[in-house]
Amino acid sequence: MALIPLMAMVRKDLQLFFSDRRSVIVSFVVPIAIASFFGSIFSGPGNSSEPARIAVAIVDHDSSLISKAILKGAEADRNLALTMPDEEEARNLVKNGKTAVAVVIPKGFGEAAGSAFFGDGEKPALGFLYDPSRNVELAMVRGILTQHVMEAVSAEMFGGQQGRQQVEKALPLIQGSSSMPADQKRALVEMLGSVQRFYNQQPSGGGAPAERRGITMPYTVKEEAMTAGSNIAYNGYAHSFAGMAIQFLLFAMANIGVEMLLERQRGLWSRLRSAPISKTMLLLSKAASGALISLLILLVSFGFAMVVFKVRIQGSVLGFLGISVACAVMASTFGLLVAALGNSPATARGVTTLAVLMMVMLGGAWVPTFVFPAWLQQFTLVVPVRWAVDGLDAMTWRGIGISGAGMPILVLVAFEAAFWVIAASRFRWEEG
Amino acid sequence: MPTARLKGSPSEEREAFSRAKEIMLTIQHLRKSFGALVAVDDVSFSVERGQLVGLLGPNGAGKTTTVSMIAGLVKPDKGDVLVEGARLSGDTDPKKRRIGLVPQDLALYDELSARANLRFFGALYSLSGAALETAIKSAMDLVGLTDRLNDRVSTYSGGMKRRLNLAAGLLHDPDVLLLDEPTVGVDPQSRNAIFDNLETLKTRGKALIYTTHYMEEVERLADRIVVMDHGKVIAEDTLDGLQSRVAGVGGGKATLESVFLTLTGRSLRD
Repeated sequence: MALIPLMAMVRKDLQLFFSDRRSVIVSFVVPIAIASFFGSIFSGPGNSSEPARIAVAIVDHDSSLISKAILKGAEADRNLALTMPDEEEARNLVKNGKTAVAVVIPKGFGEAAGSAFFGDGEKPALGFLYDPSRNVELAMVRGILTQHVMEAVSAEMFGGQQGRQQVEKALPLIQGSSSMPADQKRALVEMLGSVQRFYNQQPSGGGAPAERRGITMPYTVKEEAMTAGSNIAYNGYAHSFAGMAIQFLLFAMANIGVEMLLERQRGLWSRLRSAPISKTMLLLSKAASGALISLLILLVSFGFAMVVFKVRIQGSVLGFLGISVACAVMASTFGLLVAALGNSPATARGVTTLAVLMMVMLGGAWVPTFVFPAWLQQFTLVVPVRWAVDGLDAMTWRGIGISGAGMPILVLVAFEAAFWVIAASRFRWEEG
Repeated sequence: MPTARLKGSPSEEREAFSRAKEIMLTIQHLRKSFGALVAVDDVSFSVERGQLVGLLGPNGAGKTTTVSMIAGLVKPDKGDVLVEGARLSGDTDPKKRRIGLVPQDLALYDELSARANLRFFGALYSLSGAALETAIKSAMDLVGLTDRLNDRVSTYSGGMKRRLNLAAGLLHDPDVLLLDEPTVGVDPQSRNAIFDNLETLKTRGKALIYTTHYMEEVERLADRIVVMDHGKVIAEDTLDGLQSRVAGVGGGKATLESVFLTLTGRSLRD
C-alpha cells in the first residue's frame, strides 16, 4: 500500500523534470558539450609520440660558435617550437602571450662561458624573458636549455679553437699560481696537459661545435604512461565527462531542492501533507526520483563519451556502476539538503549555485587536483566531488579493478548518510 | 485498498443520508500558538453528515489554522479532531483518508495534464488502477471538466483551475471536505458551478467545512455558521439564529454581513 504513493511521487517528479525542456537540455546536452570541449583540450597527445611543443624565442646577440651551436641544438629539440626574432619582437611575443619564454644570448656569451667552464672568470648571464602566467614552461625551458648550453660549451672547450686558446691561457696561470695547493695544481696541470695533447691529435679548428659531441646527458628516458594497460592511451575525455556530468547532476539536484521549496510556496504541500503520508516517505520519494535522474544524466553522458570519444571502462564495470549509483544518491541527498536548509527558493538558488561551483572546482571536476597546493589537495578530501571524480577516473582510464571502487563508494555513502540526517532533522515538515 | 465511492444512484444516496444524520466531524478544544501568538484558542464545534458549516471570521481570526489542524497540516498544542468519533493522530493515520482538503492556493502542477495531476493526488491515498480511473472520471464529471482531462493545467482558465482544485480534493471520496476559500478570484459562472457541486456533495452525505469572506456564499450554502475572532469561536448557529440576534434595518431581518460586523466589530484587521 505504501508503495503506491511512494511510486506516484517518484513518477510525478520524473514527469515534472522531463516536462521542462530547458532543464532537460541543461542537464543532458550542456554537460556533454562542455565535457567535449574540455576533453579536447586536456586529452593530451593521445597515441602520438609527438609531445606538445613549448613556444620559445632565442635572440642571439653573440653570434659565436657556441651561441650558434646552442641555437642549432634548440632548433632540433622536439620539445621546443623555436623562433629567432630580434629582441624587441621577442619581448612583444612574450608580452602578448604568443611565446612562453624568450632567451637572450648576450654578446660575448660564448667566450665567457668557455672561461667559466674551467672555473676561470665570471659566469655570463643568459637573459630569460618569460610570461608570468606560464611558470611551468619557464622551468621546463630552463632545464632543456641547460642541456644544450652544456653540450655546446663542452664541445667547443674539448675540441674547438676557443678551447685550445683557453687551455693555453690557463696552463701557465695555474703553474704560476702560489695560492693553489701543490697536489691540486699538479692534478689540474696533468688534466689540462692531457687535453692539450688531445687537441694536438685533432685537425686544427675541428669544425663547428655542433658537429662535435660535447658533454651529453649520460642517460636516455624510457617513458611509460601508467594507464589501464601498456597499449591503452590516456583518454582525457574520461576525466572531463566525469567532472562535467557530476557538476550538472549536482545542479539538477540543487534545482529539485529549490523546486521542493517552490512546491511549499505554491501550496502543493498542503495537499501532500493532508494525505496519509509521512515525512520520511516524502523525503525518500524525492531522494529516489533525484537519484534516478542523476543516474540517467551520468549514464547518458558516459554513453555519449563511449560512442563518440571511445572512452572505455578499463577497470571494473561493476565498480563503475557502483560509483555511479553512489554519485547519484549523493547528489539527490544534496538536493534534500538544499530543500531543508533553504529559506526561500531565490536565496537557496543563489547559495547552492555557489556551493556547487565550489564543490566541483575543489573536487577536480574542472582541473585535476594535483595542480593545487599540497594543503588544498588534503582539504579537497572532504569534498564529495573529489571522491566521485577520482572513483570514476579509477574505473575508466586508470583501469583499476573493483578494489579501486571500494573507498570512493564508502566515502560517498558516508556523505549521503550525513546529508540525509541533516536534511531529515532540519526539514520544515509542518506548515505555518 | 480504498475504492472510489463518489457515485451511487441519487435515491440510494438520499436514503443513506436520511438513515444516518450522525456527526461526522468533531472538533474538541483545539488550541494552537505560534510563539507568543495564540492563533486558535479552545475551538470546538461539529459537522453532521450532509451538512455544510460556514466558517467565518476576519483576517487572522484563526480559520485557516483551524482548517490546517483538521487536515493534519498543523499539529494542535491541545485538543482533538474526531472523525465519526475516532481520534485522528499522526501523519499516516488511515483515518486521514476520510478527510479531503481543497486548499486556498491552487495546489496543482501546471506543467502536467489534469489527468496526471489527479492520478498523482489519487495515488497519495493509495488509489490505483481501475478504481483510480473511475474516481478521476467521477470527479471530473462532477466539476464539468471531463473534456479537458488530458490538457495541461497551464492551459486552464482561473475558474477551471478552481474546479480542478475541488476535483483533486474529492478523488478519494472523503466523508469530510474542507474548503478553504475555494472561490477566490473566479468569475460568477465558475462560482455558481462550484456551488452546484457543493450542493450535490451535500446530498451525497458529505460533511463540509467552508471558509470564506463572501457572506452571500455562506447565506446560500451553509446549514450552520461558526464565527471566529481572535482565535475563538464567538458565535455558532444557523443563519436564522444569527440573524435573530441583531435587529435589521426597518425592523426586517439583519443581513449576515451586519451580524458579522456586529459580532466582530468594524476595526480594520491586517
